[in-house]
Amino acid sequence: MRAVVTVVGKDKTGIIAKISGFLSERNINILDISQTILGDYFAMIMLVDIGGSKTLLANLAEECAEMGKKIGMSVHVQHEEIFNAMHSV
Amino acid sequence: MFNTNEVLETINMIEKEHLDIRTVTMGISLMPCISGTAEETAKKVYDTVCKKAENIVKVTSDLSLEYGIPIVNKRVSITPASLICAPFADKSYKIGKALDDAAKAVGVDFLGGYTALVHKGMADYEKQFILSIPEVLADTDRLCSSVNIGSSKSGINMDAVKLMGEVVKETALKTADKGGYGCAKLVVFCNAVDDNPFMAGAFHGIGESGTVINVGVSGPGVVQHAISGMPDADLSEIAETIKRTAFKITRAGQLIAREASKRLNAEFGIVDLSLAPTPARGDSVAAILEEMGLESVGTHGTTACLAMLNDAVKKGGVMASSRVGGLSGAFIPVSEDIGMIEAAERGSLCMDKLEAMTAVCSVGLDMIAVPGDTSASTISAIIADEAAIGMINNKTTAVRIIPAPGKGVGDEINFGGLLGRAPIIPVHGESAEKFINRGGLIPAPIHSNKN
Repeated sequence: MRAVVTVVGKDKTGIIAKISGFLSERNINILDISQTILGDYFAMIMLVDIGGSKTLLANLAEECAEMGKKIGMSVHVQHEEIFNAMHSV
Repeated sequence: MFNTNEVLETINMIEKEHLDIRTVTMGISLMPCISGTAEETAKKVYDTVCKKAENIVKVTSDLSLEYGIPIVNKRVSITPASLICAPFADKSYKIGKALDDAAKAVGVDFLGGYTALVHKGMADYEKQFILSIPEVLADTDRLCSSVNIGSSKSGINMDAVKLMGEVVKETALKTADKGGYGCAKLVVFCNAVDDNPFMAGAFHGIGESGTVINVGVSGPGVVQHAISGMPDADLSEIAETIKRTAFKITRAGQLIAREASKRLNAEFGIVDLSLAPTPARGDSVAAILEEMGLESVGTHGTTACLAMLNDAVKKGGVMASSRVGGLSGAFIPVSEDIGMIEAAERGSLCMDKLEAMTAVCSVGLDMIAVPGDTSASTISAIIADEAAIGMINNKTTAVRIIPAPGKGVGDEINFGGLLGRAPIIPVHGESAEKFINRGGLIPAPIHSNKN
């Protein structure tokens, strides 16, 4: 199953390292990354495959939000379908 | 890969603009529960609701986390209870209690369907059932009730209209200690729909299948935000933006509806895209109308703005889902919308303007508090006016009105939570009692004869 990880917040050192380390610990494969800086703000969107992970998507979403709080970023993990549904005809 | 802006747009809608799935409502047919005695039927009703809806809270909370979109309410709607209670209408109360207990056991916010459909005539068992409504609503917490008193096809049952004025009064008096709270759970309809997921008017129509999932999506804040970015646009551009926004919101609802019905072993019913406000700032239908250029909702131009909004919402919704149903449009419940509350307080929103607005939006006079000394016949007359608008325009109209006991113009009632607070607004003092006492049926309009 594929999910989209979104990381938004004030830019600082080590954000990508933290997030990718967290995903790797859970055996989650990163398929694609896009990252931009909007003003002072860091915005990263990752497409990941959680098929190899034992963590359920619902739990992963909670863990990521928790981890995001610790590093001062807003981190979301959502089923990719929500974006497909809303943004394609 | 996704477009960054699209992903961030979705996240902003959810985090900042109050986009949510307003309700996942499971419709359950209770026809197989009808038994010889009220006691036996009550037990079967309780068991059926508990069994069918046992996972609704767990499934919706999982979906909410997985898709990252809040699901605010979980609800159940049932077969109109007057049919379940028909063999023992004098004991309808027992069924009402069993339904409320079942709602609490499965953890849903509301259970709708303590309902009677009497749009053409009223059988004795239905009258008896309707007379039980005030007591049942006073003694239950999560049960919602509705009565359909008219339709475009059959006309308006004025005997039922008269009765409902009295029932609304009685319900207010029986829940006087809570500001007439019972009336917030009682809707009088014309052209009620079978698949409405929103409360207090939800019931599971008799033409529906066994178990169905209907989803209500909302998002007035999202629409307001979209319009706020176009200060110089003309109205056709605004209509287009509303349509596009409604499309996106409906798509999110359809996704959740599909997945919820799969996991709950039910059929996918409909998506109801209704801009349903909450008392939170930034989640207001009134604010959308004001964003279009009105100084205050209720002033001249309000009906036109609302008509355009309602229509554009429907167009976007229909494009997004093949199964759009329910009420789909814009709701204007006064107590549940901070913009409406403020407009009523400053006197720019009055009963007559609200009535005009209901001719072009998706429901009717909703969550309106009127003085406690308003007579039953005046309430009946308000219901009759609203039903006439629905009947002639082939649309659903509803009245959910609270004659707040002991309160007058200038006071307010406060229910808290999603039901919000409502300033008492004045009604006309002249009597309509003679008209209401005539009873009988207002015949169906000429354009109903389409066969």
